[in-house]
Amino acid sequence: MKIAILIKRTPDTEMRFSIAADGKSLNATGLKHDISDFDGYAVEVALKLVEQHGGETVVITLGADAAQEQLRKALSMGVDRAVQLRADSVPFDNFAIATALAAELKDGGYDLILFGRQATDSAAGAVGVMTATLLGLPCVSAISQLEIADGKGTARRALEGAVEVVEFALPAVLTIDEGIARPRLPALKGIMAAKKKPIDVKPAALGDIRLTVEQMQLPPERAPGRIVGEGADAVPELVRLLQTEAKVL
Amino acid sequence: MATMFAFAEARSGELRKVAFEALRAARQSADDAEGTADNADGSKVHVLLAGPAGIGAKAGELGQCGADVVHVVEHDGLKHYDAESLAATAAALIKSTGARAAFFSASVEGRDLAPRVAALLEVPLASDVTGFEFSGDAVTVRHPVYAGKAIVSLRLTASPAVISLRPGAVEGSGFRDQGSGVKVQSTQLADDPSASKARVVRTEEAGGDALDLGEAPVIVSGGRGLKAKENFKLVEDLAAAFGNAAVGATRAVTDDGWRNPADQIGQTGRLVSPDLYVAVGISGAIQHLAGMRTSRTIVAINRDKDAPIFKVADYGIVGDLFEIVPALTEAVKRVRSEK
Ligand SMILES: Cc1cc2nc3c(=O)[nH]c(=O)nc-3n(C[C@H](O)[C@H](O)[C@H](O)COP(=O)(O)OP(=O)(O)OC[C@H]3O[C@@H](n4cnc5c(N)ncnc54)[C@H](O)[C@@H]3O)c2cc1C
Ligand SMILES: Nc1ncnc2c1ncn2[C@@H]1O[C@H](COP(=O)(O)O)[C@@H](O)[C@H]1O
Repeated sequence: MKIAILIKRTPDTEMRFSIAADGKSLNATGLKHDISDFDGYAVEVALKLVEQHGGETVVITLGADAAQEQLRKALSMGVDRAVQLRADSVPFDNFAIATALAAELKDGGYDLILFGRQATDSAAGAVGVMTATLLGLPCVSAISQLEIADGKGTARRALEGAVEVVEFALPAVLTIDEGIARPRLPALKGIMAAKKKPIDVKPAALGDIRLTVEQMQLPPERAPGRIVGEGADAVPELVRLLQTEAKVL
Repeated sequence: MATMFAFAEARSGELRKVAFEALRAARQSADDAEGTADNADGSKVHVLLAGPAGIGAKAGELGQCGADVVHVVEHDGLKHYDAESLAATAAALIKSTGARAAFFSASVEGRDLAPRVAALLEVPLASDVTGFEFSGDAVTVRHPVYAGKAIVSLRLTASPAVISLRPGAVEGSGFRDQGSGVKVQSTQLADDPSASKARVVRTEEAGGDALDLGEAPVIVSGGRGLKAKENFKLVEDLAAAFGNAAVGATRAVTDDGWRNPADQIGQTGRLVSPDLYVAVGISGAIQHLAGMRTSRTIVAINRDKDAPIFKVADYGIVGDLFEIVPALTEAVKRVRSEK
């Protein structure tokens, strides 16, 4: 089985954010980057499948050279090889990204192509499904369980208050929700081995950009709340506030 | 051009609340653009309503809420969601009506459908939008990014503009009573669902008549502070005391199997905005806050006065939940019985 995993380099959201002088991006100082959360799950899913069924894994990112750090991390987790589709920066235009990724994936002979359900930065959940549509491949999005057998797959995805069970034939595109598998940490042996694994660098064919950032802002702060009190003694005061001030009771 | 398109999401033969949100956005956009262009038959808002036999009965309701033309598809292959045939049908309609914009919900289904439609139309998707504004050839949309830690305004210059709306961000109900005048047009699917390459074979309902998290005015959520699965009874009792509350949970809790994964609230769970959110034994991790920080009023009960949940809570009580929650349940019951 040959599996591609599409990963994005994104900032760690645990860090303190501030907006850069251009008003359109985050201040780079103090940011730490990692593989986008769900893409990490996708890497783990791919590695598990290959451990089970045999095969090859390829990690692909579209981005600037800094993203090689994330490709190396995936390699050190056990992925076999890496491709960087080089762009000076990653646009917000998900159709442009999907077009470039589809061009790279089209003749790759992949049985499975795995995406994260959504990227931590753009939070769009668009690129995976779009790429599948462009490739004309079956696609199941936001899956939380997966079984592959005899060239066929079964996946489960959570809806609001329900679960869908979806069957599909390979080759297929899947976007991975959490809950399938916790990503492994790279072991020292893996980190050493990763240094020798190849990263193939090619230009990204992005095309027209028709979705761009005009402005980035921090969310409005909630008005500072207050501690009503301690222990059960504070309950009457809380109830009074919910009735008279918040008017929700 | 003032023609707009909306996708009316339905499940089990019923329209979902988000269907009216998409419709309202389309109606509003069409009205705002009125006078700037003309449409031969005066029809401006086209809606796609698709489902198994009988779904067409819902067209009138859409008409009352602002649809001018409802394109009805009835097909038994649509008992379950069929992404491929729906996407092809929606894309064809958006093209043939010449819609300037197409509105979907960023519900789980919409998040699957809208990018497919956008890709078929060869345009980018403005996803999970909380606000939008047309200006000339562009649409500016607002969208939370980085787990809600920043908000971007994006300029979308492609046409048609394909937009998915964050559930709850646009008021959908009580919009306008247009009375009759809706044109109902029966249509065929662009592709046969039996030819779809990925097929939903089963939909397992979570069951019960519990209020859906997206619709409940009050949500009581529990975290790991509850210590054990059986202690969720405390949270359920408090929710029952409110009478109009649903029960939510953190991922720590759903991961441990104390609650159904569908109850998870946060970045990777449900995004909710109830009138009142009560967080019980929840620390307030950024990923949890991403799903509930837009709630109108937030109450937190936690024994750690430095827990991050208190930063977003309007009202907090510091202390042992095992003592506070039962007292609160009794107090809420008393208030409601006096009403
Ligand atoms: C990629 C990613 C996505 C994630 N997505 C989500 C998501 O969607 N939703 C989500 O919720 N989490 C998500 N998480 C997990 C998140 O980071 C936290 O781990 C989780 O929210 C913590 O849950 P908790 O508050 O129940 O538990 P804890 O953080 O363990 O907090 C328990 C709290 O209970 C309090 N407590 C303990 N005993 C008592 C008592 N007797 N009385 C009162 N208070 C008490 C403690 O003081 C503590 O604050 C995600 C994480 C990652 C990495
Ligand atoms: N620049 C990129 N390079 C590689 N994969 C990407 C890139 N952008 C998005 N993806 C993939 O598409 C998924 C969804 O991204 P998005 O639609 O932006 O939320 C991510 O989780 C990645 O798997």
